[in-house]
Amino acid sequence: MFANKKAWLVVAGVAAIAGSFAFFSKDDAVDFSAEVKPILNKNCLSCHGGVRAKGGFSLLFREEALANTESGKPAIIPGDPDHSEFIRRLTVKDPEQRMPYKHEPLPAEEIALLKRWVKQGAKWGDHWAYLPVKQQTIPKVNVESPDKNGPWGVNEIDAFIGEKLAANNLQPNKEADKATLLRRVSLDLIGTYPTNEQSKHFLESKDPNAYEQLVDSLLASERFGEKWTSMWLDLARYADTKGYESDQGRNVWAYRDWVIRAFNNNMPYDQFINEQIAGDLLPDPTDAQLIATTFHRNAPNNDEGGTDNEEFRNSGNLDRVNTTWEGLLSSTFACVQCHSHPYDPFRHDEYYQFLAYFDNNRDEDVSSEAPYLRQFSDSDRNSLTMLTQWVQQQAGTTEAKRVKTLVQTFQPAINSFRADSLKNATIINNNGNLAMFNDGWARLPKANLEKADEGMMQVVCYQSGAVIDLHLDSMNGPVFARVPVAKEDKWKRQLFNFPQQSGIHDVFMHFKSSAFKPEPGKNPPLLVFFDFFSFQPSLPGKNAPGYQQAKSDYTRLLVNTNTSGIPIMQENPAAWQHSTYVWERGNRHLKGKDVTPAVPAVLRFAQPANAPANRLGLAQWLTDKRNPLLSRTLVNRFWEQLFGTGIVETLEDMGTQGVSPTHQALLDQLSYRFMNDYKWNMKQLLKEMVMSATYRQDARWNDKAAEDAANKLYARGPRVRLSAEQIRDQALAASGLISYKMYGPGVMPYQPDGIWLSPYNGARWHQSQGEDQYRRAVYTYWKRSSPYPSSIGFDAAQRNVCSARRIRTNTPLQALTTLNDSAFIDMSRHFAQRMTTEAGSDPAKQISRGYELLLYKTIAPKTLQVFTDLYRQSLTEFKSHPDKAIAFLPANNNANPELAALTVVANAMMNLDEVITK
Amino acid sequence: MTTQDFINQRLAEEARLAQLQVQSRRHFLKESAMGLGALAMGSLLGGCGAGSRRADSGLIAFDPARPLLPKAPPFLGKARSVIYLHMAGAPSPLELFDYKPELAKMDGQDCPPSLLAGKQFAFIRGVPKMLGPQAKFAQHGESRTWISEHLPHLSTVVDEISFLKAVKTDQFNHAPAQLLVHTGSARLGRPSMGSWITYGLGTENQNLPGFVVLTSGGNFPDAGKSVWGSGFLPSVYQGVQCRSEGDPVLFIKDPNGMSRDLRKASIDAINKANQQSYDDYKDPEILSRISQYEMAYRMQIAAPEVMDINDEPDYIHEMYGTKPGKSCLANNVLLARKLVEKGVRYVQLFDWGWDAHGDHAGNSLNIGMINKYRSMDKCVTALLLDLKQRGLLDETLVVWGGEFGRTPMMENRNGAVNPFKGRDHHTEAFTIWMAGGGVKKGYTYGETDEIGYYGVSGRVEAFDIQATILNQMGFDHEAFTYPFQGRPFRLTDVSGRVIREIIA
Repeated sequence: MFANKKAWLVVAGVAAIAGSFAFFSKDDAVDFSAEVKPILNKNCLSCHGGVRAKGGFSLLFREEALANTESGKPAIIPGDPDHSEFIRRLTVKDPEQRMPYKHEPLPAEEIALLKRWVKQGAKWGDHWAYLPVKQQTIPKVNVESPDKNGPWGVNEIDAFIGEKLAANNLQPNKEADKATLLRRVSLDLIGTYPTNEQSKHFLESKDPNAYEQLVDSLLASERFGEKWTSMWLDLARYADTKGYESDQGRNVWAYRDWVIRAFNNNMPYDQFINEQIAGDLLPDPTDAQLIATTFHRNAPNNDEGGTDNEEFRNSGNLDRVNTTWEGLLSSTFACVQCHSHPYDPFRHDEYYQFLAYFDNNRDEDVSSEAPYLRQFSDSDRNSLTMLTQWVQQQAGTTEAKRVKTLVQTFQPAINSFRADSLKNATIINNNGNLAMFNDGWARLPKANLEKADEGMMQVVCYQSGAVIDLHLDSMNGPVFARVPVAKEDKWKRQLFNFPQQSGIHDVFMHFKSSAFKPEPGKNPPLLVFFDFFSFQPSLPGKNAPGYQQAKSDYTRLLVNTNTSGIPIMQENPAAWQHSTYVWERGNRHLKGKDVTPAVPAVLRFAQPANAPANRLGLAQWLTDKRNPLLSRTLVNRFWEQLFGTGIVETLEDMGTQGVSPTHQALLDQLSYRFMNDYKWNMKQLLKEMVMSATYRQDARWNDKAAEDAANKLYARGPRVRLSAEQIRDQALAASGLISYKMYGPGVMPYQPDGIWLSPYNGARWHQSQGEDQYRRAVYTYWKRSSPYPSSIGFDAAQRNVCSARRIRTNTPLQALTTLNDSAFIDMSRHFAQRMTTEAGSDPAKQISRGYELLLYKTIAPKTLQVFTDLYRQSLTEFKSHPDKAIAFLPANNNANPELAALTVVANAMMNLDEVITK
Repeated sequence: MTTQDFINQRLAEEARLAQLQVQSRRHFLKESAMGLGALAMGSLLGGCGAGSRRADSGLIAFDPARPLLPKAPPFLGKARSVIYLHMAGAPSPLELFDYKPELAKMDGQDCPPSLLAGKQFAFIRGVPKMLGPQAKFAQHGESRTWISEHLPHLSTVVDEISFLKAVKTDQFNHAPAQLLVHTGSARLGRPSMGSWITYGLGTENQNLPGFVVLTSGGNFPDAGKSVWGSGFLPSVYQGVQCRSEGDPVLFIKDPNGMSRDLRKASIDAINKANQQSYDDYKDPEILSRISQYEMAYRMQIAAPEVMDINDEPDYIHEMYGTKPGKSCLANNVLLARKLVEKGVRYVQLFDWGWDAHGDHAGNSLNIGMINKYRSMDKCVTALLLDLKQRGLLDETLVVWGGEFGRTPMMENRNGAVNPFKGRDHHTEAFTIWMAGGGVKKGYTYGETDEIGYYGVSGRVEAFDIQATILNQMGFDHEAFTYPFQGRPFRLTDVSGRVIREIIA
């Protein structure tokens, strides 16, 4: 074991030396980030960093490193390594003193380096990824084209790649053949096959610009948005269910559709982020901008009986913080929840300052998922527009906005579980709705009654003759509203009016029915249930023309129109804002000092001067061109989608613990151009990448490929197994079954029985009918506690939390999926049918055609031989057992041995490595 | 075969595995130079510890192209396999293992305010009534262990078991509490214990998954598949659910009408064509795909064989109380034994329906739970006896438990008196027991107060149990890490203590 471990370290060590240590002379200035920080991270920071500062010594920030330690003296004296305890401890003989404690001493050259560093003043440096992106000088390199027809390269990317190829004495591969390129770029840009016109045009065209034309037409295709949405939904931890226990459904598909449209419309990335983070805080947001904010409503919720809503409200906010950092900024900020970051310059308090951006959003983990945007029919939406315009004329913009928000979201509303001081009343399962026995009392805390003369409640009452009295401030306070509640066995909303009030008050509500007769010997029943309450000014303009119509629309839309609702972000109104505290050691119950919204100090330079201290300000900071992480993260992610590995391999971490970039200057140049030249245009960024000679290379391994097995230097083209979504979409497309119907609720393609068994949840997988069975994978209904099995098998993310990177594995269960899953067998049958239709009755021609449909190229004779042999063996078997052919082709009316045999071949061909690899 | 023969054979197997491990590492290293696994090396060796020691000691060779290669643990553990029996819903220790005569005397009285102050319950409101044990207890075995009348079979094997009677948790809801027990975090997103062990050990029997999950009781556990999910580990390490109805493993069955011969022919054809691709592209990933298809074919034979309980002799069926063809706990327990026998490392069983609130007859202590006790008692006892008679108990760690305890008070949901006898969720004290796998026999660690409310000595929590299980499997829980979110994560996060007191 030990011997093996050493072998490992040697390998890792060689890589590190090759990667980061150049020859240096004694006088060279030491580069802290490149030379010193890696040594500190590896050997020191676990004891002398953000988590622990043993002996009172921490090496995380310069001021900490130079401060007095427990001994009363500083351990590092800049300029004086000989009197610096930090240096002495590295070489001292006494094992109790020598550092790293109980580990091998540092190599002499590392100690020498640290000495030089202290001598030069122990200067700190910032990690590259936390510094703004700068325009880079384009390297001048002369790499010869493999076709010997001039210099290699198409665009800037190739200059950066070529520079390293030349430095490592490697030659690029020639361009891949047209068929390979067509399939590669199509799967990469649109996630499926191109149209027949696109492929025909490209394969037959002699135009030197044919490839660019193909790229442009793929980027313009509606398929494009679906492919890139699949990627984005992992970051957005998008799922069609809430997550915990009964894992109830959640109505969020409109968000997925928003993402698809945004990609297809080529929404600039800064706007894309702004709307998802703070669409609700934009002036007069559109429905689409509100739906964009569902990004941060994809955090799991917990409806389990007896859970503490406050706990899961907080849990949702932590998830929002972590998702923002990991998904959008490639940083491991989650570390800082419990303590300062062990390696990166983020302090414990800064986590909670960041949390404060989300802490006052209205999501309180209620089962209705309030706040939600009500999804009106077109005619109702028109009525709302007219109503809003009318209010604006009567009472101005603010009032119009208030009425619109109330009608669209019922907000601001008090969720009934917030009620307390209960008497003859209960909160169902401690986290559900308020319910009352006869003569029940409850307090609604902090009702905003300023200018209010109207109330609304969502209620179901099982008792006749019931009345609710609303008392001001106490049970003995004056009754300001008396509301009769009719018996009705279903939820309804009820509006009521009262004399105008002012200020913030506790409202004590008293429910009573004189008609109630207790049944002797029986437990008294709960008579009434409440979901929410709101108090507001009634519709303005009572004497203005048009009031009758406005009032009628107002009441109809608010009370008498039932809609679905998509959860969105919304802020607490001023009266309900609460403080955010630092949680000591990350424990919610140990409240430290209170904090206000802020971004970490080390990145505050990217915040615009007038940025408001809310999510809008957060979005402005994220999308400021000085923000060093947002554009780098996206560029890196796009690169990974195309090349299989990011320029920084750890998509989730560009910090000092992440893997170093293979081509940092390239990453920076692309990031710079993305923001400044392309104006955040995502399609243009992708086009730049796929147009490069680097991307277009052939993927074959040449004699020297083993020297760069992981292809970090890109001397050959990418060759990567397809994602779960691409595997499904490609097979559907090849078989001709695919439906390119877009948008709408998640669909349920074939799935074996018994996969869904959530407790307290009657939901079942009802296989979709017609074309909905054959929609692209991005539309498959995603249940968190029980995700679609074949997708999960191919490394799809479970989507409980933000997933920045899928790790591709290769397992026998994957093979079994594409071999045996009924969905794939169904596709194989249709694929065989298509081969017959397109190639006639000669099996060799059918097989050749099938191969061409899958890979756009002519099958090699020896491969054809393999499959014609398989065909013959299958045919013999099905001819001697016609019953097997019928069993194998159950849905087919003319189940004949030939089609069965060809289906066996089709199934095998869809399993080829070439086919599930791009 | 005598027991000693069996142990000798196992030792020989261990040596072979260690040898194989060395070879596979060498093989892997050799291939790494060419490319296999190089992808993972960058990211997985890059991490560095914030833990108590440098993380390089905890790194596991992970080759994405052969993620399930068998590996030897860092040290030779006493156990080779784990069978974890989770009674989802949380059984009441007060009716099974934790004998509390004082509680009986308080039956029907108001709960003292001291037990309620500052406490949060899932359903109890106001002042509930105390509820005496709904069972008679007697002492059994040489260990004189108190066991309830509801477990007549298990009471005969108490001398094989180590009881932990003062387990506590900080989660009083099912889904988070189950997640904490199996993933070390009450929130979604972390790898389960079986995933960790599979990541650390690979799959001993290449024809079977290394981590198998079996469920009964009609529902999945409350936390869903996340309790056997792989979290941030590669998804290949998630538990593979085996089923007693339908395909035993998803997609393992050839399509209707396709014979084994034809399947073999088709896999041969795929691999031949893939070999041709390899000759053309020289990408070693293609070779590993070829081996995965070969393995898939072998798994198609091995998995249905092991999942078929019909070939077991009658006395075994009688012993376990199985119901062939049905989905039930007894069948799953017998399957667990078969799987462990075939080299599966981690078998996790969930039996749903133990949530004894008493708001209806089915979940009441006096009606519904009696059936649950019966359905569990016989088969779990049979498992211990059967493993023992096969010489497997010493190397198989059997763990039994729920996700939290139950209150000594009667539940009064929504402020009303429940129609049946039931108890609310309780975090302060519950019983988990272990047997085999190198733990003490006939031993009890930890004690609760006289009404079973608080642990008063030997308190342990989920992290300690996880640390102990990992220890028995040959892992130091503090050194066994995976880089995630910028630091080396471990199953026990920042906690955990091996419960040395129960280790033999």
